[in-house]
Amino acid sequence: MQLQDKDRIFTNLYRDGSPWIDGARERGIWSGVKELMAKGQDWIIEEVKQSGLRGRGGAGFPTGLKWSFMPKESDGRPSYLVVNADESEPGTCKDREIIRFDPHRLLEGCLLAGYAMRAVAAYIYIRGEFYNEAMALQRAIDEAYDAGMIGKNACGSGYDFDIILHRGAGAYICGEETALLQSLEGKKGQPRLKPPFPANVGLYGCPTTVNNVESISVTGEILRRGASWFSSLGRPNNVGTKLFCVSGHVNNPCNVEEEMGIPLKELLEKHCGGVRGGWDNLLAVIPGGSSVPLLPKHICDDVLMDFDSLREVQSGLGTAAVIVMDKSTDIVEAIANLSHFYMHESCGQCTPCREGTGWMYRVMKRMVQGRADREEIDQLLDVTKQIEGHTICALGDAAAWPIQGLIRHFRPELERRIEEYRRAAA
Amino acid sequence: MSADKQESFSFSPENLEKAKAIIAKYPQGRQRSAVMPLLDLAQRQNGNWLSEAAMHYVAEMLDLPYIRVYEVASFYTMYNLKPVGKYHLQLCRTTPCWLRGAGDLRQVIKDKLGISHGETTEDGLFTMTEVECLGACCNAPMVQINDDYYEDLDADIMAGLLDKLASGEVPPAGSQKGRRGSEPFGERTTLLEKGDS
Repeated sequence: MQLQDKDRIFTNLYRDGSPWIDGARERGIWSGVKELMAKGQDWIIEEVKQSGLRGRGGAGFPTGLKWSFMPKESDGRPSYLVVNADESEPGTCKDREIIRFDPHRLLEGCLLAGYAMRAVAAYIYIRGEFYNEAMALQRAIDEAYDAGMIGKNACGSGYDFDIILHRGAGAYICGEETALLQSLEGKKGQPRLKPPFPANVGLYGCPTTVNNVESISVTGEILRRGASWFSSLGRPNNVGTKLFCVSGHVNNPCNVEEEMGIPLKELLEKHCGGVRGGWDNLLAVIPGGSSVPLLPKHICDDVLMDFDSLREVQSGLGTAAVIVMDKSTDIVEAIANLSHFYMHESCGQCTPCREGTGWMYRVMKRMVQGRADREEIDQLLDVTKQIEGHTICALGDAAAWPIQGLIRHFRPELERRIEEYRRAAA
Repeated sequence: MSADKQESFSFSPENLEKAKAIIAKYPQGRQRSAVMPLLDLAQRQNGNWLSEAAMHYVAEMLDLPYIRVYEVASFYTMYNLKPVGKYHLQLCRTTPCWLRGAGDLRQVIKDKLGISHGETTEDGLFTMTEVECLGACCNAPMVQINDDYYEDLDADIMAGLLDKLASGEVPPAGSQKGRRGSEPFGERTTLLEKGDS
């Protein structure tokens, strides 16, 4: 049974209504926020914990638990909420729709989450290329201030809360939370060593929690409808609704909100017009954004779209960005293209990533032609393992996994190209 | 004086006010946070590129050593450290766009304008930059032209866009195949009660 419209949170996903405050109010946004805040900070955090919400930015860490790491009493330093709107993971384009079509849902979530964590302000870090989206969000922020929803005595709660928009300037790495904080402080976006974790030492050295746009945006509805409503959707430990971004070789690429745990095949066939040329024309799917390993068709046949199901098949839900590739795809080039991406986006701080991403791309480029030795497949795999886990942030891992997935599922194709190239050269 | 040299730079009175408002957004003593928005403001005033003079000016305004500004300006891809054309074509090359024909768009740009990655047409009208994922993957393939996203492209539509730009007409941004945002083409499967927009 598919998710019903009444259980969808992002009801303006396709901009059927106005993004601005009047339209937002019609969708129920900002209603009862004062009363929700009156229930107290601990109640909000507990409710979000009970809802089972896991972070929507890729890692899937329990959101309520993350919030509970923030200090309950200030040692003199202010606390901050930082919203990660640096949406840059290839395949991912969901936060953009929230920001331009339903910005008040995000702002409402900022107030509720920020209040729960005793933050004085939220900084929203949006990728620089989203210029028009930033203009829309700033307009919504201005509206929210004018209407008394945020600022002094936000929503009449007696609590003061500011929201500040900050634009990036083109760097995938700033989606990594500590690089984002560095960037927000006016520096190069190079990740920080953890610990200390941002909840202790974050923005300007103050306690900080960084959350994805989608995680924050669902907060209002979870609190209004209750934790049990959210947790009743999906499967245990993988609950709620989720925005899926489906791109590539489907007939109707689109963003769609569905229940967690929807079968991948159903997602593509019901909402995206199916794979180009039919299901049997499917070659592979990258189910969670460029960083997660691809899945060949036989796994796609019955895999479910959630954190745990995708982990069981050695991939991941990531950002739920589903990149579909039919049989016309040069699968080696598709992954080599991603290797180029990681080479370009490596911040250059850690040697394994800075040198390794370029090395991997150069080998991948030869693999596309088959201009390599058979032994180099294992050598390439070995190098991915030397990068994985040996860098400050997860970009090294993210660069390694797509290649590992390719070798795991398409080694015969790599070998075939090497043989073919050799025969042609002989 | 070569084309990428500029003797001096300062904000216009209007932008100076904007700059002060930007700096005031950040907490006391944290004015360094304003370096990115100020560089953006300077670039916008300066015909979409940042000269050394502009970077020095921003450094002085924020009381930062020049190198701290330069390392930011050179780290992020959106700062153009040399002049670009009137229309900066940023072609998304990453896998989701590549799967849906980014290569065809690259070819059209090459054929019609004679430019590839990093090049500017002789008349100074177009610069072409291949960039990584711009985050509009459900509307692939796409290009960003200055601030705007042009989505759901193919070779013919791209050629038409370039013709219009060359004649001085800036076509409306967004989907070039008439859909709203990233809704599916054809029958809706969700959010069936459409409102008025």
